[in-house]
Amino acid sequence: MDQDLFLTWVRSTGLNIALSIFVLGMLWRLFEIYTLGRKPDLAVPRRVAGASGLRTMFRRSLISPRTYGSSALGYIAGYVFHIGLAIVVLLFAQHIKLIQSITGLSWPSLPAQFIDAAAVVTLATMLLVLVDRISTPVKRFLSTFQDYAAWALTFLPVLTGYLVTKHLLLPYTTMLALHILSAELLLIFLPFTKLIHVFTLWGSRWYNGDVNARKGVAT
Amino acid sequence: MNEHDTLGERLAQQGISRRSFLKFCAALASMMALPPGAASAIAETLIKTKRPSVIWLSFQECTGCTESLTRSDTPTLENMIFNMISLDYHHTLQAASGYGAEKSREDAMKEFYGKYLLLVDGSIPLKDGGIYSTIAGRTNLDLLQEVAKGAAAIVAVGTCASFGGIPEARPNPTGAVPVSDIIKDKPIINVSGCPPIPVVITGVLAHYLTFGELPALDDLGRPKSFYGQSIHDRCYRRPFYDQGKFAKTFDDEGARNGWCLFELGCKGPITHNACATTKWNGGTSFPIESGHGCLGCSEPHFWDGGSFYAPLSTPTSPLNLATDAVVAGAAIGAGITIANRMKKNAAKSEHQTATVADLEK
Repeated sequence: MDQDLFLTWVRSTGLNIALSIFVLGMLWRLFEIYTLGRKPDLAVPRRVAGASGLRTMFRRSLISPRTYGSSALGYIAGYVFHIGLAIVVLLFAQHIKLIQSITGLSWPSLPAQFIDAAAVVTLATMLLVLVDRISTPVKRFLSTFQDYAAWALTFLPVLTGYLVTKHLLLPYTTMLALHILSAELLLIFLPFTKLIHVFTLWGSRWYNGDVNARKGVAT
Repeated sequence: MNEHDTLGERLAQQGISRRSFLKFCAALASMMALPPGAASAIAETLIKTKRPSVIWLSFQECTGCTESLTRSDTPTLENMIFNMISLDYHHTLQAASGYGAEKSREDAMKEFYGKYLLLVDGSIPLKDGGIYSTIAGRTNLDLLQEVAKGAAAIVAVGTCASFGGIPEARPNPTGAVPVSDIIKDKPIINVSGCPPIPVVITGVLAHYLTFGELPALDDLGRPKSFYGQSIHDRCYRRPFYDQGKFAKTFDDEGARNGWCLFELGCKGPITHNACATTKWNGGTSFPIESGHGCLGCSEPHFWDGGSFYAPLSTPTSPLNLATDAVVAGAAIGAGITIANRMKKNAAKSEHQTATVADLEK
Protein backbone atom coordinates (compact mmCIF):
# COMPACT_ATOMS: atom_id res chain seq x y z
CA MET A 1 0.00 0.00 0.00
CA ASP A 2 1.54 3.31 -1.01
CA GLN A 3 1.17 6.46 1.06
CA ASP A 4 -1.75 7.85 -0.95
CA LEU A 5 -3.75 4.63 -0.59
CA PHE A 6 -2.84 4.55 3.11
CA LEU A 7 -4.19 8.08 3.56
CA THR A 8 -7.36 7.26 1.65
CA TRP A 9 -7.84 4.13 3.78
CA VAL A 10 -7.55 5.98 7.10
CA ARG A 11 -9.92 8.66 5.79
CA SER A 12 -12.54 6.09 4.76
CA THR A 13 -12.48 2.47 5.94
CA GLY A 14 -10.20 3.14 8.91
CA LEU A 15 -12.34 6.03 10.13
CA ASN A 16 -15.50 3.98 9.68
CA ILE A 17 -14.09 1.12 11.73
CA ALA A 18 -12.72 3.38 14.47
CA LEU A 19 -15.87 5.48 14.81
CA SER A 20 -18.06 2.39 14.83
CA ILE A 21 -16.01 0.71 17.56
CA PHE A 22 -16.02 3.99 19.48
CA VAL A 23 -19.81 4.39 19.27
CA LEU A 24 -20.34 0.71 20.04
CA GLY A 25 -17.92 0.79 22.97
CA MET A 26 -19.30 4.00 24.45
CA LEU A 27 -22.89 2.79 24.34
CA TRP A 28 -21.88 -0.55 25.79
CA ARG A 29 -19.88 0.97 28.65
CA LEU A 30 -22.26 3.81 29.51
CA PHE A 31 -25.25 1.46 29.38
CA GLU A 32 -23.38 -0.98 31.61
CA ILE A 33 -22.24 1.66 34.11
CA TYR A 34 -25.51 3.55 34.46
CA THR A 35 -27.71 0.47 34.72
CA LEU A 36 -25.63 -1.15 37.46
CA GLY A 37 -27.83 0.44 40.05
CA ARG A 38 -27.30 0.59 43.78
CA LYS A 39 -29.04 -1.06 46.66
CA PRO A 40 -31.74 1.21 48.07
CA ASP A 41 -30.33 3.28 50.92
CA LEU A 42 -32.74 2.62 53.76
CA ALA A 43 -31.07 4.99 56.18
CA VAL A 44 -32.61 8.38 56.81
CA PRO A 45 -30.57 10.97 54.89
CA ARG A 46 -28.46 13.14 57.20
CA ARG A 47 -29.12 16.06 54.95
CA VAL A 48 -31.54 16.40 52.11
CA ALA A 49 -29.42 16.08 49.00
CA GLY A 50 -29.48 19.37 47.22
CA ALA A 51 -26.87 20.74 44.86
CA SER A 52 -24.08 18.79 46.50
CA GLY A 53 -23.69 16.58 43.44
CA LEU A 54 -23.56 19.52 41.08
CA ARG A 55 -21.17 21.43 43.33
CA THR A 56 -18.85 18.46 43.58
CA MET A 57 -18.65 18.30 39.80
CA PHE A 58 -16.84 21.64 39.89
CA ARG A 59 -15.26 21.57 43.36
CA ARG A 60 -13.17 18.55 42.42
CA SER A 61 -11.50 20.65 39.73
CA LEU A 62 -10.24 23.17 42.26
CA ILE A 63 -6.80 22.87 43.73
CA SER A 64 -6.80 21.59 47.28
CA PRO A 65 -4.32 23.60 49.38
CA ARG A 66 -3.68 20.56 51.57
CA THR A 67 -2.43 18.36 48.75
CA TYR A 68 -1.02 21.04 46.45
CA GLY A 69 2.35 21.15 48.20
CA SER A 70 3.06 17.49 47.71
CA SER A 71 1.90 17.23 44.10
CA ALA A 72 2.20 20.66 42.54
CA LEU A 73 3.52 19.17 39.32
CA GLY A 74 0.55 16.85 39.02
CA TYR A 75 -1.87 19.74 39.49
CA ILE A 76 -0.20 22.24 37.18
CA ALA A 77 0.95 19.88 34.44
CA GLY A 78 -2.36 18.04 34.63
CA TYR A 79 -4.28 21.26 34.11
CA VAL A 80 -1.98 22.50 31.36
CA PHE A 81 -2.04 19.40 29.23
CA HIS A 82 -5.79 18.88 29.56
CA ILE A 83 -6.49 22.46 28.52
CA GLY A 84 -3.86 22.16 25.78
CA LEU A 85 -5.51 19.01 24.48
CA ALA A 86 -8.92 20.66 24.47
CA ILE A 87 -7.56 23.62 22.49
CA VAL A 88 -5.73 21.46 19.97
CA VAL A 89 -8.56 19.00 19.48
CA LEU A 90 -11.50 21.40 19.48
CA LEU A 91 -10.20 24.69 18.12
CA PHE A 92 -8.00 23.65 15.18
CA ALA A 93 -9.67 24.51 11.86
CA GLN A 94 -9.04 21.10 10.28
CA HIS A 95 -10.49 19.28 13.31
CA ILE A 96 -13.58 21.49 13.29
CA LYS A 97 -13.99 20.62 9.61
CA LEU A 98 -13.89 16.93 10.51
CA ILE A 99 -16.42 17.33 13.34
CA GLN A 100 -18.63 19.37 11.02
CA SER A 101 -18.48 16.71 8.30
CA ILE A 102 -19.66 14.08 10.80
CA THR A 103 -22.07 15.99 13.05
CA GLY A 104 -22.90 19.15 11.13
CA LEU A 105 -21.75 21.29 14.07
CA SER A 106 -19.06 23.93 13.66
CA TRP A 107 -17.59 26.89 15.50
CA PRO A 108 -14.79 29.43 14.96
CA SER A 109 -11.19 28.21 15.00
CA LEU A 110 -8.00 29.65 16.47
CA PRO A 111 -5.09 30.77 14.27
CA ALA A 112 -2.59 28.00 13.59
CA GLN A 113 0.16 29.68 15.67
CA PHE A 114 -1.96 29.38 18.82
CA ILE A 115 -2.63 25.74 18.04
CA ASP A 116 1.10 25.16 17.44
CA ALA A 117 1.96 26.74 20.76
CA ALA A 118 -0.75 24.74 22.56
CA ALA A 119 0.53 21.53 20.95
CA VAL A 120 4.14 22.19 22.02
CA VAL A 121 3.08 23.01 25.58
CA THR A 122 0.83 19.93 25.68
CA LEU A 123 3.61 17.67 24.43
CA ALA A 124 6.11 19.10 26.90
CA THR A 125 3.78 18.76 29.89
CA MET A 126 2.77 15.27 28.87
CA LEU A 127 6.43 14.28 28.81
CA LEU A 128 6.82 15.92 32.21
CA VAL A 129 3.97 13.94 33.76
CA LEU A 130 5.40 10.75 32.26
CA VAL A 131 8.81 11.46 33.79
CA ASP A 132 7.10 12.26 37.08
CA ARG A 133 5.13 9.01 36.93
CA ILE A 134 8.30 7.00 36.34
CA SER A 135 10.56 8.85 38.77
CA THR A 136 8.18 9.08 41.73
CA PRO A 137 8.30 5.70 43.52
CA VAL A 138 4.67 5.75 44.67
CA LYS A 139 3.31 6.73 41.26
CA ARG A 140 5.53 4.15 39.58
CA PHE A 141 4.28 1.47 41.99
CA LEU A 142 0.66 2.37 41.29
CA SER A 143 1.09 2.53 37.51
CA THR A 144 -0.04 -0.35 35.36
CA PHE A 145 0.48 -1.10 31.68
CA GLN A 146 -2.84 0.55 30.96
CA ASP A 147 -1.63 3.86 32.39
CA TYR A 148 1.34 3.94 30.05
CA ALA A 149 -0.80 2.78 27.12
CA ALA A 150 -3.37 5.52 27.80
CA TRP A 151 -0.55 8.07 27.92
CA ALA A 152 0.88 6.85 24.59
CA LEU A 153 -2.56 6.76 22.94
CA THR A 154 -3.06 10.41 23.91
CA PHE A 155 0.48 11.56 23.20
CA LEU A 156 0.86 10.08 19.71
CA PRO A 157 -1.97 11.98 17.97
CA VAL A 158 -0.64 15.27 19.35
CA LEU A 159 2.93 14.45 18.35
CA THR A 160 2.07 13.25 14.83
CA GLY A 161 -0.33 16.19 14.44
CA TYR A 162 2.44 18.64 15.26
CA LEU A 163 4.88 16.86 12.93
CA VAL A 164 2.39 16.87 10.08
CA THR A 165 1.62 20.59 10.31
CA LYS A 166 5.33 21.36 10.49
CA HIS A 167 6.21 18.93 7.67
CA LEU A 168 8.77 17.12 9.80
CA LEU A 169 10.31 13.64 9.83
CA LEU A 170 8.17 11.94 7.17
CA PRO A 171 6.48 13.04 3.93
CA TYR A 172 3.31 15.02 4.66
CA THR A 173 1.02 12.36 3.19
CA THR A 174 2.46 9.53 5.32
CA MET A 175 2.55 11.66 8.45
CA LEU A 176 -1.03 12.84 7.96
CA ALA A 177 -2.12 9.22 7.50
CA LEU A 178 -0.23 8.22 10.67
CA HIS A 179 -1.79 11.13 12.56
CA ILE A 180 -5.30 10.11 11.55
CA LEU A 181 -4.48 6.46 12.32
CA SER A 182 -3.19 7.37 15.80
CA ALA A 183 -6.39 9.34 16.49
CA GLU A 184 -8.41 6.34 15.30
CA LEU A 185 -6.52 4.08 17.71
CA LEU A 186 -7.35 6.53 20.48
CA LEU A 187 -11.03 6.37 19.51
CA ILE A 188 -10.97 2.57 19.47
CA PHE A 189 -9.38 2.18 22.90
CA LEU A 190 -11.05 5.13 24.64
CA PRO A 191 -14.23 3.31 25.74
CA PHE A 192 -12.31 0.33 27.10
CA THR A 193 -9.57 2.07 29.10
CA LYS A 194 -9.27 4.74 31.78
CA LEU A 195 -9.57 7.26 28.96
CA ILE A 196 -13.34 6.81 29.25
CA HIS A 197 -13.08 9.42 32.02
CA VAL A 198 -13.64 11.97 29.25
CA PHE A 199 -17.29 10.96 29.48
CA THR A 200 -17.73 9.44 32.93
CA LEU A 201 -15.93 12.17 34.86
CA TRP A 202 -18.97 14.40 35.46
CA GLY A 203 -21.37 11.59 36.22
CA SER A 204 -19.10 9.98 38.82
CA ARG A 205 -18.38 13.30 40.50
CA TRP A 206 -22.06 14.07 40.74
CA TYR A 207 -22.72 10.62 42.22
CA ASN A 208 -19.99 10.98 44.84
CA GLY A 209 -21.18 14.45 45.85
CA ASP A 210 -24.75 13.28 46.09
CA VAL A 211 -23.97 10.17 48.14
CA ASN A 212 -21.73 12.13 50.48
CA ALA A 213 -24.50 14.64 51.08
CA ARG A 214 -26.85 11.84 52.10
CA LYS A 215 -24.23 10.72 54.56
CA GLY A 216 -23.97 14.18 56.01
CA VAL A 217 -20.83 15.45 54.34
CA ALA A 218 -22.32 17.68 51.69
CA THR A 219 -19.98 19.69 49.53
CA MET B 1 16.07 7.06 -42.59
CA ASN B 2 19.28 9.06 -42.26
CA GLU B 3 21.26 9.65 -39.09
CA HIS B 4 19.72 12.76 -37.52
CA ASP B 5 21.38 16.15 -37.77
CA THR B 6 22.67 17.89 -34.67
CA LEU B 7 20.60 20.28 -32.61
CA GLY B 8 23.01 23.11 -33.51
CA GLU B 9 22.46 22.57 -37.22
CA ARG B 10 18.71 22.43 -36.72
CA LEU B 11 18.70 25.65 -34.70
CA ALA B 12 20.87 27.40 -37.30
CA GLN B 13 18.46 26.32 -40.05
CA GLN B 14 15.58 27.89 -38.13
CA GLY B 15 17.45 31.11 -37.45
CA ILE B 16 17.46 30.72 -33.66
CA SER B 17 20.32 32.77 -32.26
CA ARG B 18 22.93 31.41 -29.89
CA ARG B 19 21.84 34.06 -27.40
CA SER B 20 18.23 32.78 -27.35
CA PHE B 21 19.50 29.25 -27.03
CA LEU B 22 21.74 30.15 -24.09
CA LYS B 23 18.78 31.86 -22.40
CA PHE B 24 16.77 28.67 -22.86
CA CYS B 25 19.60 26.60 -21.35
CA ALA B 26 19.97 28.98 -18.40
CA ALA B 27 16.23 28.71 -17.72
CA LEU B 28 16.39 24.92 -17.84
CA ALA B 29 19.43 24.80 -15.56
CA SER B 30 17.78 27.01 -12.96
CA MET B 31 14.52 25.08 -13.10
CA MET B 32 16.35 21.85 -12.47
CA ALA B 33 18.27 23.46 -9.61
CA LEU B 34 21.61 22.89 -11.34
CA PRO B 35 24.58 25.19 -10.60
CA PRO B 36 24.84 28.33 -12.80
CA GLY B 37 27.80 26.88 -14.70
CA ALA B 38 25.62 24.03 -15.89
CA ALA B 39 23.80 26.33 -18.33
CA SER B 40 26.80 26.65 -20.61
CA ALA B 41 27.57 22.94 -20.22
CA ILE B 42 24.03 22.14 -21.30
CA ALA B 43 24.33 24.51 -24.24
CA GLU B 44 27.70 23.13 -25.39
CA THR B 45 26.51 19.55 -25.15
CA LEU B 46 23.11 20.07 -26.72
CA ILE B 47 24.50 22.01 -29.63
CA LYS B 48 26.68 19.04 -30.64
CA THR B 49 24.15 16.37 -29.75
CA LYS B 50 22.54 14.45 -32.54
CA ARG B 51 18.81 14.62 -32.10
CA PRO B 52 17.75 11.31 -30.62
CA SER B 53 14.95 9.29 -32.08
CA VAL B 54 11.83 9.37 -29.95
CA ILE B 55 8.93 6.97 -30.21
CA TRP B 56 5.78 8.13 -28.49
CA LEU B 57 3.18 5.48 -27.66
CA SER B 58 -0.32 6.50 -26.62
CA PHE B 59 -2.32 3.93 -24.73
CA GLN B 60 -5.40 4.37 -22.50
CA GLU B 61 -5.35 8.16 -22.38
CA CYS B 62 -7.31 11.24 -23.36
CA THR B 63 -4.59 12.96 -25.42
CA GLY B 64 -4.56 15.69 -22.78
CA CYS B 65 -0.84 15.20 -22.27
CA THR B 66 -0.15 15.82 -25.95
CA GLU B 67 -2.59 18.73 -25.96
CA SER B 68 -0.77 20.21 -23.01
CA LEU B 69 2.57 20.02 -24.78
CA THR B 70 1.49 21.23 -28.18
CA ARG B 71 -0.84 23.98 -27.04
CA SER B 72 1.56 25.41 -24.54
CA ASP B 73 1.85 29.17 -24.63
CA THR B 74 5.60 29.08 -24.34
CA PRO B 75 6.47 28.30 -27.95
CA THR B 76 10.12 29.28 -27.71
CA LEU B 77 10.60 26.58 -25.10
CA GLU B 78 8.22 23.97 -26.41
CA ASN B 79 9.33 24.27 -30.04
CA MET B 80 12.69 23.27 -28.66
CA ILE B 81 11.32 19.92 -27.66
CA PHE B 82 10.52 19.15 -31.23
CA ASN B 83 13.82 20.56 -32.40
CA MET B 84 15.86 18.72 -29.81
CA ILE B 85 14.42 15.37 -30.70
CA SER B 86 13.31 13.51 -33.79
CA LEU B 87 9.76 12.45 -33.07
CA ASP B 88 9.56 9.38 -35.31
CA TYR B 89 6.21 8.03 -34.14
CA HIS B 90 3.28 9.78 -32.50
CA HIS B 91 -0.34 8.97 -33.37
CA THR B 92 -1.69 12.44 -32.95
CA LEU B 93 1.12 14.47 -34.42
CA GLN B 94 2.36 12.33 -37.31
CA ALA B 95 1.01 12.78 -40.82
CA ALA B 96 1.27 9.10 -41.74
CA SER B 97 -1.44 6.65 -40.85
CA GLY B 98 -2.12 2.93 -41.03
CA TYR B 99 0.70 0.72 -42.28
CA GLY B 100 2.85 3.77 -43.08
CA ALA B 101 2.70 4.93 -39.49
CA GLU B 102 3.60 1.54 -38.10
CA LYS B 103 6.45 1.24 -40.61
CA SER B 104 7.98 4.52 -39.42
CA ARG B 105 7.98 3.13 -35.88
CA GLU B 106 9.54 -0.15 -36.99
CA ASP B 107 12.20 1.65 -39.04
CA ALA B 108 13.12 3.91 -36.12
CA MET B 109 13.30 0.92 -33.78
CA LYS B 110 15.60 -0.93 -36.16
CA GLU B 111 17.91 1.97 -36.98
CA PHE B 112 18.27 3.34 -33.45
CA TYR B 113 17.98 0.09 -31.53
CA GLY B 114 19.23 0.58 -27.99
CA LYS B 115 19.44 4.34 -28.44
CA TYR B 116 15.95 5.69 -28.94
CA LEU B 117 13.82 7.20 -26.20
CA LEU B 118 10.38 5.79 -25.57
CA LEU B 119 7.72 8.20 -24.37
CA VAL B 120 4.47 6.65 -23.20
CA ASP B 121 1.22 8.33 -22.26
CA GLY B 122 -1.77 6.37 -21.03
CA SER B 123 -2.07 3.26 -18.93
CA ILE B 124 -1.97 -0.32 -20.16
CA PRO B 125 -5.05 -2.57 -19.77
CA LEU B 126 -4.26 -6.14 -18.73
CA LYS B 127 -7.71 -7.57 -18.10
CA ASP B 128 -9.12 -10.10 -20.58
CA GLY B 129 -5.82 -10.32 -22.44
CA GLY B 130 -5.51 -6.54 -22.79
CA ILE B 131 -8.22 -6.30 -25.47
CA TYR B 132 -9.59 -3.00 -24.18
CA SER B 133 -7.03 -0.93 -26.04
CA THR B 134 -5.34 -1.98 -29.26
CA ILE B 135 -3.30 -0.24 -31.96
CA ALA B 136 -3.05 -1.74 -35.43
CA GLY B 137 -4.70 -4.86 -34.04
CA ARG B 138 -2.11 -5.33 -31.29
CA THR B 139 -2.68 -4.89 -27.60
CA ASN B 140 -0.96 -2.06 -25.75
CA LEU B 141 0.87 -4.62 -23.64
CA ASP B 142 2.29 -6.35 -26.72
CA LEU B 143 3.35 -3.06 -28.30
CA LEU B 144 4.92 -1.69 -25.14
CA GLN B 145 6.95 -4.84 -24.52
CA GLU B 146 8.23 -4.85 -28.10
CA VAL B 147 9.16 -1.16 -28.26
CA ALA B 148 10.60 -1.05 -24.74
CA LYS B 149 13.13 -3.78 -25.64
CA GLY B 150 15.27 -1.47 -27.79
CA ALA B 151 14.71 1.74 -25.80
CA ALA B 152 17.57 3.48 -24.00
CA ALA B 153 15.10 4.86 -21.46
CA ILE B 154 11.39 5.31 -21.01
CA VAL B 155 9.58 8.48 -20.05
CA ALA B 156 6.09 7.85 -18.68
CA VAL B 157 4.24 11.04 -19.57
CA GLY B 158 1.23 11.88 -17.44
CA THR B 159 -0.37 10.24 -14.44
CA CYS B 160 -1.94 7.37 -16.44
CA ALA B 161 1.43 6.12 -17.72
CA SER B 162 3.16 6.90 -14.42
CA PHE B 163 0.64 5.50 -11.92
CA GLY B 164 -2.39 4.19 -13.84
CA GLY B 165 -4.35 7.44 -13.53
CA ILE B 166 -8.06 7.65 -14.25
CA PRO B 167 -8.32 4.30 -16.13
CA GLU B 168 -6.89 2.62 -13.03
CA ALA B 169 -9.42 4.31 -10.68
CA ARG B 170 -11.85 2.01 -8.88
CA PRO B 171 -13.29 -0.29 -10.10
CA ASN B 172 -10.57 -0.32 -12.78
CA PRO B 173 -12.71 -2.16 -15.35
CA THR B 174 -9.87 -2.69 -17.83
CA GLY B 175 -7.25 -3.84 -15.30
CA ALA B 176 -5.15 -0.77 -16.15
CA VAL B 177 -1.56 -0.59 -14.87
CA PRO B 178 1.28 1.94 -15.26
CA VAL B 179 4.36 1.36 -17.43
CA SER B 180 6.52 0.55 -14.39
CA ASP B 181 4.32 -2.47 -13.57
CA ILE B 182 5.25 -4.08 -16.88
CA ILE B 183 8.76 -2.93 -17.79
CA LYS B 184 11.31 -3.76 -15.12
CA ASP B 185 14.64 -3.76 -16.96
CA LYS B 186 14.79 -0.20 -18.35
CA PRO B 187 15.28 3.15 -16.68
CA ILE B 188 11.84 4.73 -16.33
CA ILE B 189 11.17 8.32 -15.44
CA ASN B 190 7.66 9.29 -14.38
CA VAL B 191 6.51 12.74 -15.42
CA SER B 192 3.15 12.67 -13.70
CA GLY B 193 0.35 15.21 -13.86
CA CYS B 194 -3.01 15.35 -15.53
CA PRO B 195 -1.61 16.74 -17.73
CA PRO B 196 2.07 17.22 -16.82
CA ILE B 197 3.73 20.61 -17.09
CA PRO B 198 5.27 20.97 -20.58
CA VAL B 199 8.55 22.37 -19.33
CA VAL B 200 9.05 19.34 -17.12
CA ILE B 201 9.27 17.18 -20.24
CA THR B 202 11.69 19.65 -21.82
CA GLY B 203 13.81 19.67 -18.68
CA VAL B 204 13.94 15.89 -18.44
CA LEU B 205 14.88 15.50 -22.11
CA ALA B 206 17.54 18.24 -21.90
CA HIS B 207 18.99 16.60 -18.82
CA TYR B 208 19.12 13.24 -20.53
CA LEU B 209 20.74 14.65 -23.67
CA THR B 210 23.28 16.71 -21.72
CA PHE B 211 24.37 14.26 -19.09
CA GLY B 212 23.48 10.99 -20.80
CA GLU B 213 21.51 9.86 -17.78
CA LEU B 214 18.19 10.47 -16.11
CA PRO B 215 17.96 13.16 -13.43
CA ALA B 216 17.69 12.26 -9.72
CA LEU B 217 14.31 10.70 -9.04
CA ASP B 218 12.08 10.56 -5.97
CA ASP B 219 10.64 7.33 -4.55
CA LEU B 220 7.87 7.42 -7.16
CA GLY B 221 10.34 7.72 -10.04
CA ARG B 222 9.70 11.44 -10.64
CA PRO B 223 12.49 14.00 -11.21
CA LYS B 224 13.23 15.55 -7.84
CA SER B 225 13.99 18.92 -9.38
CA PHE B 226 10.33 19.30 -10.33
CA TYR B 227 8.54 17.03 -7.85
CA GLY B 228 10.78 17.53 -4.82
CA GLN B 229 8.40 19.88 -3.05
CA SER B 230 4.69 19.91 -2.52
CA ILE B 231 2.34 22.46 -4.02
CA HIS B 232 1.59 23.53 -0.44
CA ASP B 233 5.31 24.13 0.28
CA ARG B 234 5.59 26.63 -2.57
CA CYS B 235 2.06 28.00 -2.56
CA TYR B 236 1.76 31.78 -2.39
CA ARG B 237 -1.32 31.26 -0.15
CA ARG B 238 0.73 29.32 2.38
CA PRO B 239 1.04 32.27 4.82
CA PHE B 240 -2.75 32.26 5.14
CA TYR B 241 -2.70 28.56 5.98
CA ASP B 242 -0.11 29.28 8.66
CA GLN B 243 -2.28 32.08 10.03
CA GLY B 244 -5.38 29.88 9.99
CA LYS B 245 -7.15 32.08 7.43
CA PHE B 246 -9.30 29.91 5.19
CA ALA B 247 -11.82 30.61 2.44
CA LYS B 248 -15.07 28.88 3.44
CA THR B 249 -16.78 29.12 0.06
CA PHE B 250 -15.58 30.01 -3.42
CA ASP B 251 -17.20 33.40 -3.16
CA ASP B 252 -16.76 34.63 0.39
CA GLU B 253 -14.55 37.40 1.67
CA GLY B 254 -11.75 34.93 2.38
CA ALA B 255 -11.81 33.69 -1.21
CA ARG B 256 -11.73 37.26 -2.48
CA ASN B 257 -8.80 38.02 -0.17
CA GLY B 258 -6.90 35.05 -1.56
CA TRP B 259 -6.93 33.02 1.66
CA CYS B 260 -5.98 29.36 1.85
CA LEU B 261 -8.25 26.89 0.02
CA PHE B 262 -7.59 23.93 2.37
CA GLU B 263 -11.16 23.89 3.67
CA LEU B 264 -12.47 23.87 0.10
CA GLY B 265 -10.65 20.61 -0.54
CA CYS B 266 -7.22 21.73 -1.79
CA LYS B 267 -4.88 18.72 -2.02
CA GLY B 268 -1.75 20.90 -2.22
CA PRO B 269 -0.21 19.46 0.98
CA ILE B 270 -0.10 15.92 -0.41
CA THR B 271 0.73 16.82 -4.01
CA HIS B 272 4.23 17.04 -5.41
CA ASN B 273 4.58 19.05 -8.58
CA ALA B 274 6.07 22.28 -9.90
CA CYS B 275 2.80 24.10 -10.69
CA ALA B 276 3.32 26.70 -7.97
CA THR B 277 6.74 27.66 -9.38
CA THR B 278 6.71 27.09 -13.15
CA LYS B 279 2.96 27.75 -13.47
CA TRP B 280 0.86 27.20 -16.58
CA ASN B 281 -0.02 29.01 -19.78
CA GLY B 282 3.29 30.69 -20.21
CA GLY B 283 3.75 31.42 -16.53
CA THR B 284 0.33 33.08 -16.21
CA SER B 285 -1.00 31.22 -13.20
CA PHE B 286 -1.80 27.83 -11.75
CA PRO B 287 -5.09 26.40 -10.45
CA ILE B 288 -4.78 27.75 -6.90
CA GLU B 289 -3.98 31.19 -8.27
CA SER B 290 -7.20 30.96 -10.27
CA GLY B 291 -9.14 30.32 -7.08
CA HIS B 292 -9.56 26.54 -7.18
CA GLY B 293 -7.88 24.03 -4.90
CA CYS B 294 -5.28 21.59 -6.18
CA LEU B 295 -6.78 18.24 -7.27
CA GLY B 296 -3.60 16.32 -6.55
CA CYS B 297 -3.39 15.10 -10.16
CA SER B 298 0.31 14.22 -10.09
CA GLU B 299 -0.12 11.71 -7.24
CA PRO B 300 -1.03 8.01 -7.51
CA HIS B 301 -4.73 7.18 -6.99
CA PHE B 302 -5.74 10.86 -6.95
CA TRP B 303 -9.09 9.94 -8.47
CA ASP B 304 -9.94 7.61 -5.57
CA GLY B 305 -9.02 10.03 -2.77
CA GLY B 306 -12.59 11.23 -2.18
CA SER B 307 -14.24 14.44 -3.32
CA PHE B 308 -12.04 17.17 -4.75
CA TYR B 309 -13.99 19.51 -2.46
CA ALA B 310 -13.60 17.53 0.79
CA PRO B 311 -10.86 18.91 3.07
CA LEU B 312 -8.00 16.47 3.70
CA SER B 313 -9.01 16.17 7.35
CA THR B 314 -12.50 14.87 6.54
CA PRO B 315 -13.72 11.40 5.50
CA THR B 316 -13.35 10.50 1.82
CA SER B 317 -16.74 8.83 1.79
CA PRO B 318 -19.89 9.04 3.93
CA LEU B 319 -19.65 6.99 7.13
CA ASN B 320 -21.83 3.92 6.92
CA LEU B 321 -21.12 1.59 9.84
CA ALA B 322 -22.29 3.89 12.64
CA THR B 323 -25.94 2.76 12.67
CA ASP B 324 -24.95 -0.87 13.06
CA ALA B 325 -22.57 0.19 15.81
CA VAL B 326 -25.35 2.02 17.71
CA VAL B 327 -27.55 -1.06 17.57
CA ALA B 328 -24.71 -3.43 18.49
CA GLY B 329 -23.48 -1.18 21.32
CA ALA B 330 -26.97 -0.83 22.78
CA ALA B 331 -27.53 -4.59 22.44
CA ILE B 332 -24.28 -5.52 24.18
CA GLY B 333 -24.96 -2.93 26.90
CA ALA B 334 -28.47 -4.29 27.41
CA GLY B 335 -27.14 -7.86 27.48
CA ILE B 336 -24.58 -7.03 30.13
CA THR B 337 -27.22 -5.14 32.12
CA ILE B 338 -29.46 -8.21 32.14
CA ALA B 339 -26.51 -10.43 33.13
CA ASN B 340 -25.59 -8.05 35.97
CA ARG B 341 -29.19 -7.92 37.22
CA MET B 342 -29.44 -11.71 37.15
CA LYS B 343 -26.21 -11.97 39.11
CA LYS B 344 -27.49 -9.51 41.68
CA ASN B 345 -30.83 -11.25 42.00
CA ALA B 346 -29.13 -14.63 42.35
CA ALA B 347 -26.91 -13.24 45.11
CA LYS B 348 -29.97 -11.75 46.79
CA SER B 349 -31.93 -14.99 46.72
CA GLU B 350 -28.99 -16.95 48.07
CA HIS B 351 -28.57 -14.49 50.88
CA GLN B 352 -29.27 -16.08 54.26
CA THR B 353 -30.32 -13.93 57.15
CA ALA B 354 -28.11 -14.36 60.15
CA THR B 355 -29.59 -13.99 63.62
CA VAL B 356 -27.84 -13.21 66.87
CA ALA B 357 -28.34 -16.82 67.83
CA ASP B 358 -26.47 -17.93 64.71
CA LEU B 359 -23.57 -15.71 65.57
CA GLU B 360 -23.33 -17.05 69.09
CA LYS B 361 -23.12 -20.64 67.98
